[in-house]
Amino acid sequence: MELVVAIGIGVLTGSGVWLLLRPRTFQVIMGLSLLSYAVNLFIFSTGGLRTGAAPVLEPGGVGDLATHADPLPQALVLTAIVISFATTALFLVVLLAARGLTGTDHVDGREHDR
Amino acid sequence: MSDSLLLLSLVALPFLGALAASLLATHARNAAAYLAGGVALVGLALVWTAYPTISSGGVLRAEFAWVPQLGLNFVLRMDGLAWLFAGMVTGIGALVVVYARYYMSSDDPVPRFFAFLLAFMGAMCGLVLSGNLIQLAFFWELTSLFSFLLIGYWHHTQAARDGARIALTVTATGGFCLFAGLLLIGHIVGSHDLDVVLASGDAIREHPLYLPALVLVLLGALTKSAQFPFHFWLPHAMAAPTPVSAYLHSATLVKVGLFLMVRLWPVMAGTDAWFWIVGTAGLITLLVGAYIAIFQHDLKGLLAYSTISHLGLITLLLGLNSQLGLVAAIFHILNHATFKASLFMAAGIIDHESGTRDIRRLSGLNRTMPFTGRLALVAAAAMAGVPLLNGFISKEMFFEEALSAGGLLVLPLAAMLASAFSVTYSLRFIHGTFFGPDPEGLPRTPHEPPAWMRFPVEILVLGCIFVGVLPAATVGPFLDLAARSVLGEATPNYSLAVWHGVNLPLVMSMIALGGGVLLYMALQKHLRSGIEGPPLIRRLEGRRIFERALVFLSWRLARRMEGLLGTRRLQQQLRLVLVLALAAGGFAAWHRGVGPGNLVPQGVDPVIALVWLVGAACALGAAWQAKFHRFAAVMLLGGAGLVVCITFVWFSAPDLALTQLLVEVVTTVLLVLGLRWLPKRQDRPGATGVEVVTVSRRLRDLAIAITAGLGMAALAFAVMTRTPPDLLAQHFLARAYTEGGGTNVVNVILVDFRAFDTLGEIFVLGAVALTVFALLRRFRPASDSLEVPEQQRDQSAWDEARPDRREGDTVADWLLVPSVLTRLLFPVICILAVHLLLRGHDQPGGGFAAGLVASIAIILQYMIGGAAWTEERLRVLPLRWMGAGLLLAGGVGLASLFFGMPFLTTYFAYAELPWIGRVPMASALIFDIGVFALVVGATVLMLIALAHQSVRGHRAERRAETAPRALVPGED
Repeated sequence: MELVVAIGIGVLTGSGVWLLLRPRTFQVIMGLSLLSYAVNLFIFSTGGLRTGAAPVLEPGGVGDLATHADPLPQALVLTAIVISFATTALFLVVLLAARGLTGTDHVDGREHDR
Repeated sequence: MSDSLLLLSLVALPFLGALAASLLATHARNAAAYLAGGVALVGLALVWTAYPTISSGGVLRAEFAWVPQLGLNFVLRMDGLAWLFAGMVTGIGALVVVYARYYMSSDDPVPRFFAFLLAFMGAMCGLVLSGNLIQLAFFWELTSLFSFLLIGYWHHTQAARDGARIALTVTATGGFCLFAGLLLIGHIVGSHDLDVVLASGDAIREHPLYLPALVLVLLGALTKSAQFPFHFWLPHAMAAPTPVSAYLHSATLVKVGLFLMVRLWPVMAGTDAWFWIVGTAGLITLLVGAYIAIFQHDLKGLLAYSTISHLGLITLLLGLNSQLGLVAAIFHILNHATFKASLFMAAGIIDHESGTRDIRRLSGLNRTMPFTGRLALVAAAAMAGVPLLNGFISKEMFFEEALSAGGLLVLPLAAMLASAFSVTYSLRFIHGTFFGPDPEGLPRTPHEPPAWMRFPVEILVLGCIFVGVLPAATVGPFLDLAARSVLGEATPNYSLAVWHGVNLPLVMSMIALGGGVLLYMALQKHLRSGIEGPPLIRRLEGRRIFERALVFLSWRLARRMEGLLGTRRLQQQLRLVLVLALAAGGFAAWHRGVGPGNLVPQGVDPVIALVWLVGAACALGAAWQAKFHRFAAVMLLGGAGLVVCITFVWFSAPDLALTQLLVEVVTTVLLVLGLRWLPKRQDRPGATGVEVVTVSRRLRDLAIAITAGLGMAALAFAVMTRTPPDLLAQHFLARAYTEGGGTNVVNVILVDFRAFDTLGEIFVLGAVALTVFALLRRFRPASDSLEVPEQQRDQSAWDEARPDRREGDTVADWLLVPSVLTRLLFPVICILAVHLLLRGHDQPGGGFAAGLVASIAIILQYMIGGAAWTEERLRVLPLRWMGAGLLLAGGVGLASLFFGMPFLTTYFAYAELPWIGRVPMASALIFDIGVFALVVGATVLMLIALAHQSVRGHRAERRAETAPRALVPGED
């Protein structure tokens, strides 16, 4: 289980990093999204992989780590998901505006002749 | 008067006077002069009041708490040396004020001048009275600063600005070194108190840090006292008004470096390092300064270089490591201040009354200004070391020291040569200005100055004569006080007398006098030719080297470094960041060791393995296709997101899964809306061969990506196979219900325990939405994205070709079933949103999820019905939603303050509602409603703003078609 998720995180990271280094803005935004999946999963995984232990208590009950998963990484990742959505939206609009202003979708705002 | 009051007022009065002067009217010349003169005289009187204590060998001391935590006190301390300097600063200060009153034009903002002058006087008093090294460095910097302001007083001239800048750069750099050096001394001694420092001479000299401390302190002292090779700032400082030159750049400021060397002489001197550094600097400065002074055509330039030379003489005396040398140095500091200040004032009078300072144009002024001429003659003779004047006596002492300094023949010869030079330039000053034929073509007709302008010169010249004739009776006791305060028991016997019989120094004096006169006569032809600059070393100009160094440091070096290390290419920057991050991670792993943890991995479930097979394929596919097939890449990205979502569900994180799913939907819509405005990119295989450079770059990036992926996988595996540390989990799990009133622990953390974070987060989200909105308001699509997409063109052509159809009918027909369903689903989705919101505290859901669901409901209507249709029926005001959300969330937080609780404290209870039953009512729910409202507003604002671009794009397109001329640049 752990190995599968770890490999998954690795593949997401590798794809994200590859796209991050590409010259077109759209590729970079894709890369950032993939990278944010990887990072969110990694933060989430620091609480351990547990099945059937959602951190939802019985009414009136007191929770315990033996029966419930660690809620803190989940709370952190929930925030991170929303923030990465905001980042993606902002970056998308910036890249559209840059494309309109510069006429190119190269990350440097101009084409290089190499 | 108590000691502390006396010392404090001596330092504080000038500053208060400066403040008062700066408040005077711009042209209140007389008021400012009276104020400044009064302050200087009071200061002098205060110094005199201290004389009885000082003369009986006492030390005045006052201590005030400054930074007691660091054991640092503000200490004022007056011994003989400080007393002498304080007297010089206030006494010559008073004379300079009188002189400046007549020198300064009433057109200048004179109160500002006196304000700077007084502030400088205060800084000088603070410096010489400092009983603490840190405090000394502070006042040292203050003197540099006020010197800068005074040199730049006539800031409308380029020369003044340049001179001020050069002086500040050199002396402030030196001051910085000095500060470092003083800190080192403080470190060696263990205290910054001057008394403690002066008592630990052996500890300092034997410490391994002695040499660095010495070099740093001397860098400060030698720059300030304009010693070679830092001497070049002083001639440029002559752009200051002449009273400033007389006061700062001959009598006081430039003596500060010497003062410091005298002050620290008992603890720093006596070593070979001191002898070689101080002595060499002094010797070179003495000779070079005197040599250059001969060939100056500007009166003030001549005096500036002669000042440099005399400062070199004093430095050399200090560098000889002999007690008698120290006494001679202090004596010459006094004598030089007297005759050089009066010479500067005389030069100022000549400039003021004749309009020029150029020796080549001046001549025969003795007939028009006889009195000034005689005063200048006496002062210049003192400078040249003519017998019966003060300069002669200290020069004799210098010769004696040079002769007795360890059998070096270099020293006496150099001393004699420099002395001859000084005779030559003194002769040039007097002979060139006051003798010879009547001057022609001067800007003004020369005449005697007002009596009061000459008065300070008269006093100083009288001083030269009295000290010269009766040294022991006049200056003797004061010199003794100063020398004794430095040397203590080690003060040598010396005799201040005009006549010591015929001895070697006297012979040297006579040779120098005769040689100087002969040299002047021999140089007549050369000097008359009017060539600028001294022969032989004309090209060795300190200023040019300084400017070159500055240009190199601040411009060329910076540019070269930028060219070498900087890039404007984002890809290279990102590559660098990634490689550095990898290196940092690798270093940490190598340093601390990494490997799988102690937990036994759980067995692999084939379902999750299969899911991740799909997920990995999606991620790789998105990476592969993002360049040429953007739509496919967006779909594949969504696939990867869904796999992440499934992983969250699988591993007990229902809240995350819900949020991930909804965010995935909204992000996909957003990206698809954006695709429209990106340039078309066609993949034509084989159209152009891929270049070698590109291939190698791709291989490199691939290597980075694979390394990063492997590293993250290894790291994640290592983390997951270790028992997670129980930092806060237990805390939150135990208190979520009992203190937060909710069973969904993740939601309780978000809206209760860590509500402040969430509040910050929704502010970020709101700010992002507003930024997106603002950016899109000014959005200008690229010209090749303006035209209507192919599919829409086909549909419109079909509609227009038929008279019974209107534009847009085809789209509506094709999406008939989805649109009916979507409209039916709208209320259902809205109810789902409310459901998620209300149950969020106890079950998976919450404000974020509910807000996203609601905005999906709205954006679905836009997608199906189009912007116009939807907005006719459903008016969403996103800004109001956002505002209400922020107010609600912030308001709930503030409300807790009214109950005397900290910000964002929550309260919960159960309410019995008819028919519905027991309902949990937590104030956190209201907070969550705020989050919900903001998320709805922000998401809808962004999506609608982007969706509206298509409408605007169409309009622009249509306008361009119908009236091509109407589309002028800048028109909206």
